[in-house]
Amino acid sequence: MKKNLKTELYRKLYLIRSSEENVIRHYPQDQMKTPMHMSMGEEAIAAGVCSALGNEGQVFGTYRSHAIYLAKTEDSDDFFAEIYGKASALLKGKGGSMHLSAPKHGFMLTSAIVASNIPVAVGAAFANKRQDNKKAVAVFFGDGAVDEGVFWESLNSACLMKIPVLFAYEDNGYAVHSPVSERHGYSSITEVVKKFNCLVEESDTTDAEEIYNLTLDCLVRMKKTSQPCFLHLKYYRYLEHVGIFEDFKAGYRSKYEFEEWKKRDPVLTYRNKLLESGFKESEIIAIEKEINVKIERSIIKAQEAAFPDKAELHTNLY
Amino acid sequence: MRTLTYREAINEALVQEMERNRNVFVYGIDVADHKRIFGSTNNLLEKFGAERCFSTPLSEDAMTGFGLGAAINGLHPVHVHMRVDFMLLAMNQLVNMISSLRYSTCGNLKVPMVIRAVIGKGWGQSFQHGKTMHSVFAHIPGLKVVMPSTPAEAKGCLISAIREDNPVIVIEHRLLYDVSGEVPVDPEPFPLGKGMVLKKGDALTVIAVSIMAVEAVKAAEILNRKHGIKIEVIDPVSAYPLDEDLICSSVKKTRRCIIVDNDWVYCGFSAEIAALINEKCFGMLQSPVKRLGFAAVPCPCTRPLEDCYYPNAVDIIRAVEEKLDLGQSDLSGEEFYSYENKFKGPF
Repeated sequence: MKKNLKTELYRKLYLIRSSEENVIRHYPQDQMKTPMHMSMGEEAIAAGVCSALGNEGQVFGTYRSHAIYLAKTEDSDDFFAEIYGKASALLKGKGGSMHLSAPKHGFMLTSAIVASNIPVAVGAAFANKRQDNKKAVAVFFGDGAVDEGVFWESLNSACLMKIPVLFAYEDNGYAVHSPVSERHGYSSITEVVKKFNCLVEESDTTDAEEIYNLTLDCLVRMKKTSQPCFLHLKYYRYLEHVGIFEDFKAGYRSKYEFEEWKKRDPVLTYRNKLLESGFKESEIIAIEKEINVKIERSIIKAQEAAFPDKAELHTNLY
Repeated sequence: MRTLTYREAINEALVQEMERNRNVFVYGIDVADHKRIFGSTNNLLEKFGAERCFSTPLSEDAMTGFGLGAAINGLHPVHVHMRVDFMLLAMNQLVNMISSLRYSTCGNLKVPMVIRAVIGKGWGQSFQHGKTMHSVFAHIPGLKVVMPSTPAEAKGCLISAIREDNPVIVIEHRLLYDVSGEVPVDPEPFPLGKGMVLKKGDALTVIAVSIMAVEAVKAAEILNRKHGIKIEVIDPVSAYPLDEDLICSSVKKTRRCIIVDNDWVYCGFSAEIAALINEKCFGMLQSPVKRLGFAAVPCPCTRPLEDCYYPNAVDIIRAVEEKLDLGQSDLSGEEFYSYENKFKGPF
């Protein structure tokens, strides 16, 4: 992989991690009044898939979309302005953490209703195919989403209609607080999806570069076959379902599980990989420093920005 | 001008708009089968190809979200449901996704999408094939809702709906599909939010929705013959936006009002109109606003009970007579249920 691509991946990984660390730092001040569903642990998937899609690619996400939003847009100004609910944000605070959207960056929409984004992505990919505009579409959803009927409706329709959409299945093993074992009446989702006319790939890597390469491979095959692809990726949700804290004391999952995954932390994994591949520590520190400064500026700008005018309540309904 | 049926008027609107804008496509369960949604999607497949007119899996929920995705990416979907009742499977997409997207993205995304759905009635349609749901749809900010009752309205409303860059639900009535009327040849939009005066009068205002407008016109003719009075019949056409001025100016003139909804009364669209009249015409009213609608039960299958379930011209005549202290006229020689009687199954 070329050096600039490696840099891009690490820049995205570090931006996501550092942004969320800053959310954790500032959230207790109670100025970000929006339910935070944190992405921590998910960074490799976001960076890998979004880099592979490229700037023209389109992304559909869920209420847990900090990572893919930052990976796709790298716009920390808008991210913080939106979660502070300020008029300077693209959405002027009407969306918040659960409803991020930045269509100009191909970050189309996010939904807090599990699986509701999936058919929308299928329709978007249908439109791209008809217009032959070469824009790839990926829809991110968790292992809870396949409990919903609309996932199966969407999968079936995309397979039937030969719509090349990437189903980026982010399996963290839990939907809210329920493990997969208490929700799925089958042992392997990929085995089920393989029965459809759908490409299927699977990986539990936390290496963003591997995910990047895997995604590129999927996109090439999707183009060739005009089939959708179900990409089963695994990660571990470091924090509670909603909020900025750990929740291992709640008893539904063990800290041991987390510690095992932490050994393969996506940001550290890739940092070490860069060092092994010849990056100097000082180069990496320079990237990190630049991002930290950028985030700090974004936060100050967001804190100082004005709230939307009251008249904003009634704009843009129709 | 020439005469078309309601079905032909819908079809002509689709053909003309698909010719005008190649991004328009029509899809839904069985839109391209041999029956073509009671003939309303005739010839679209032949004229525009399977890319722009296609039947779908029985996945109302996903296919509604699919339309949303296509709409934000430059196409203009027209999603068709053979019955309004089937749309209940798509309420999540409609109410959580489609209606709120333009607002929540500050206009960065727009949803130019039309949903056509047909109300069933008669021949045993019963309780899962006869709903209208317009009060529910109109309740949701971000949606527009129209319910044409004439062929001209049907064509014009659909043209306007397709030219909107907002989601519009067009609710058609199955029993109106064979009704004929004058329809402009050119694609003339009928403005969304504009109501129609179907009969001019001064004795009382009847505001009647969808096929109830046909019943009200019938009642107006009989009342004129029997009592020499002229009632004004207003078809609001749009449930949202509502033509408040038309309704209020008529009520201010006649000072009496009966609302006939094609729906249940409780918490219905008729309550919204009654509230409007209360707010804007209170001092002008000579008597309280009266509401007619479906009996407050699920629709039964068998015809004798179904006849009691739906209001019709007789109910309107009796309500008007009561409001105006006219005494009941002899209706024994009159023909009612003409649409229901014309209609033969299966549906």
